[in-house]
Amino acid sequence: MEKKYLGQRVIRNEDPRILTGRGKYMADITYHNMLHAAFLRSDYPHAKLNSVDISAALEIPGVIAIYTAEDLGDYWHPGPVLVPAPHSIPGITANSRTQIPIVKDIIHHQGEVLAMVVAENRYIAEDALASIYVDSDPLDAVENVEAALKPGSPLVHEELGTNIATYVRQERGNFAECKTKADHVIHQKFIMDRGSAGAMENRGFCANWDEDAQQLTIHCNTQSPSGLRNSMAAWFGIPEQRVRVVVPFVGGGFGPKVMTNQPEEVLCTFASIKLHRPVKWLEDRAENFIGTTAERVQVHDCEIAFNKDGKVLGVRDSFLYDTGAFNPYTATIPLNTQTHTTGMYDIPVFLTEFTSVFTNKMICSPVRGAGRTYGVFVMERMLDMVARKLNVDPAKVREINLIAAEAKFPLETGIIAQDFAQFVLDSGNYPAVLKKAREMIGYEDFKKNQQPKFRAEGRYVGIGLVLFTENTGVGPYEGTKITVGNSGKVFASSIYGTQGQGHFTVFAQIVADQIGCKVEDVIIETGDTDKFAWGTGTFASRGATVLGNAYHHTATLVRAKILATASRLFNVPESELELGDGMVKVADMPDKFIKLGDLATKANPMRGTIKPGTEPGLEATGFYAPPYGATAYGAAAAIMEIDPLSFNIKFHKFIFVDDCGTVINPMILDGQLHGGIQMGVGNAYFEKLVYDENAQLLNGSLMDYLIPRATDMPTKMEIGHLNTPSPLNPLGIKGVGESGTIPIPPLYCQAIEDAFNLPDLFITEVPLSPSIVYSLVEEAKAKK
Amino acid sequence: MSDLIDIKVNVNGQLYERSVEPRMLLSDFIRFELGLGGTHVGCEHGVCGTCTILFDGKPQRSCITFAVLADGHTIETVESLGTPEKMSTLQQAFQEKHGAQCGFCTPGILMTMTAFLKENPHPSEEEIREGIDGNLCRCTGYQNIIEAVKLAAENMDSKS
Repeated sequence: MEKKYLGQRVIRNEDPRILTGRGKYMADITYHNMLHAAFLRSDYPHAKLNSVDISAALEIPGVIAIYTAEDLGDYWHPGPVLVPAPHSIPGITANSRTQIPIVKDIIHHQGEVLAMVVAENRYIAEDALASIYVDSDPLDAVENVEAALKPGSPLVHEELGTNIATYVRQERGNFAECKTKADHVIHQKFIMDRGSAGAMENRGFCANWDEDAQQLTIHCNTQSPSGLRNSMAAWFGIPEQRVRVVVPFVGGGFGPKVMTNQPEEVLCTFASIKLHRPVKWLEDRAENFIGTTAERVQVHDCEIAFNKDGKVLGVRDSFLYDTGAFNPYTATIPLNTQTHTTGMYDIPVFLTEFTSVFTNKMICSPVRGAGRTYGVFVMERMLDMVARKLNVDPAKVREINLIAAEAKFPLETGIIAQDFAQFVLDSGNYPAVLKKAREMIGYEDFKKNQQPKFRAEGRYVGIGLVLFTENTGVGPYEGTKITVGNSGKVFASSIYGTQGQGHFTVFAQIVADQIGCKVEDVIIETGDTDKFAWGTGTFASRGATVLGNAYHHTATLVRAKILATASRLFNVPESELELGDGMVKVADMPDKFIKLGDLATKANPMRGTIKPGTEPGLEATGFYAPPYGATAYGAAAAIMEIDPLSFNIKFHKFIFVDDCGTVINPMILDGQLHGGIQMGVGNAYFEKLVYDENAQLLNGSLMDYLIPRATDMPTKMEIGHLNTPSPLNPLGIKGVGESGTIPIPPLYCQAIEDAFNLPDLFITEVPLSPSIVYSLVEEAKAKK
Repeated sequence: MSDLIDIKVNVNGQLYERSVEPRMLLSDFIRFELGLGGTHVGCEHGVCGTCTILFDGKPQRSCITFAVLADGHTIETVESLGTPEKMSTLQQAFQEKHGAQCGFCTPGILMTMTAFLKENPHPSEEEIREGIDGNLCRCTGYQNIIEAVKLAAENMDSKS
């Protein structure tokens, strides 16, 4: 069959609705008798809660109920562990502490919920918060991961007797032995912090318990409708078949919206069950900064052993990871760091160990990039150290150490990944990506011809080039149901959360190719657990790969039904039938055809008989499960100029090369990379959640926490592609959602150092900022 | 908070008379009193630009404007631009250039750019970039938004 849509630049099916303001988001969900919730949150990061006095607040007209911990009765308990510890790795330490819906005795982080107000509207609910009196005694807080492990440190969870949450050690080869054989060993500490996901739409949740029907309906902008359904069913003892989760349009996800069993979810559901009325909560931006989840600092102690020819023999990376006050997501982030450190390099020996540390901060959970960024950061920085030590060009050092194009994929890494399977590089051509990046950025020309001129003029213009891998499209599975309707429209449902990735279009392209209809006639229905009940969620750049292949597989099943039904109808063999233009035609017989909608009607007769053993309708359900993740990879390179007065950065050129296998829609692919790069720019130069020594957040607003604006971005992101199809799935797709974000911080470091060309300027800590780079440059100049 | 104030506001060409609390935000008035859900609220402190509407033709943050201040004034929201069946030139350009992903910040950007293009029908790329600098978008990296505004300016030009 002619491939009609896969790989084409198809404009988006969803755009007419969202561009005209007709798309419904959480704030638009409403019931006539709906109540509104607001939460009183702790100002202290660590405190003993003595009492919460709600009596004055209850007097306010329009306040319906106020709940504190005691009101929850048996519903008060810690949430479940969402992602288990990697118990297949020997010798791990795993201490789990999960969040409770509402504080009873000890406050563990700023922003924890102390009381819930339910009122006739949000204004009244927020008024009431100001009339609640809280009596608490502050305790010493744990802020810094290194200090948290020293004897005498305050403890986040006193009864644990330690601030250690998780310890995992993985080793490929023997690093101690490798060190003795190397010409050089360099030891270096690195610190990388990452911040808020910063989706433009905050969280929202609306619970509606129907007492008569014994049915709970939830509207939420979750990334995991199935996870949310199962968790609320379990928490409140309702069969999950009587819990319906509906996800409207979502204003960005980027990670935190995958969390379930969050306090607000439990409490809104509790209140709706108690009050027999719908209860809705819309998070505001201030709450998002202290009461959601974010990513957090990692402190790496690294060694790299290499020979004088630039060949790296081994790497050791021992790092601390700040998991916040609770760790329901256990070790996804640091496992991603471990699996992405040596990346596409042929490094025989690798020792990686991490200690995840409790602190009195908001919970840490994956944000776009999800731990991979830290591994790529330390590796790329270490290769730059090798380049400096040996006085070799940084790109050359990378070339020397790449896995060869002729390598026999799949390549096992020996390191267990976030899906608890070994990280395997499934396919790739790494020298090709380096070559393409060098060509696109004009590496040699800049170094030889342009940079000397800039330096002679006293301008600070530098080049950077870094590489990365991304383990994408991990299991366990996704599934879909596809139905050809009597109208001829094709309804393709899944439970998958969607947050702007173009799912209404890319999945329609995949389905339309099999069904033989127009892409706009495929209606993607998503995020309603009553339309399709099976699936896991949006994370790990897995939509296109896992769900895309599930749609493809299911569409082939529907295609088979269409052919079988039409074959019986026309009494011709299936081999003589053609699908296209929304109809089935008999080859070479122009007057013998039937529209898909009419065939669907015939496949579901209301009287008479159908052939025994067949199923009515043109409908099928299908699933796809990958054995392990598909490996995307790429390169980022930039020529940037730093203004010596403002330390603002101007890009002369910015290129990105990506290999995510088969491309579904190049327009949407590039859009995914643009957005990913933007978050990477934030991680490199703008975004940091700043806490004081008492773990108090100092920049909890968009005035102080800087998300890159249009003028902060490269003026033109040029995107190049390689296409090495993944051998793991029929369509050959690899994920791309997080790729853009991953390599940007080390790119900034390398290019800034190259611009200033100072022997003592070597950047070991990100995010940077104009003032930080100014200080580093001044320090380096002073040493000269 | 029971003292209500009567206001008359022209929104998208239609006159609305309502009694509102003095503290009601214009964004809430538009969304919940008038039922026009296209105006989104991203930060509620006037930074992100998502809630931008046109107030007497000029872009303004509706989340830090009280509804009572709109008494006697003219408001335009994203619903005034076009419908799914008949989008405006700017909206069509956003679809053609993939200028929206999650679509949450988009109404604010469309309103800001609608006023911008009226004032500057032939903008340079640099001017467009400056023009949307007050609107945060987390999905697109802005490149395709700028491309879309450029295309819209060209298309408006060829139509006039």
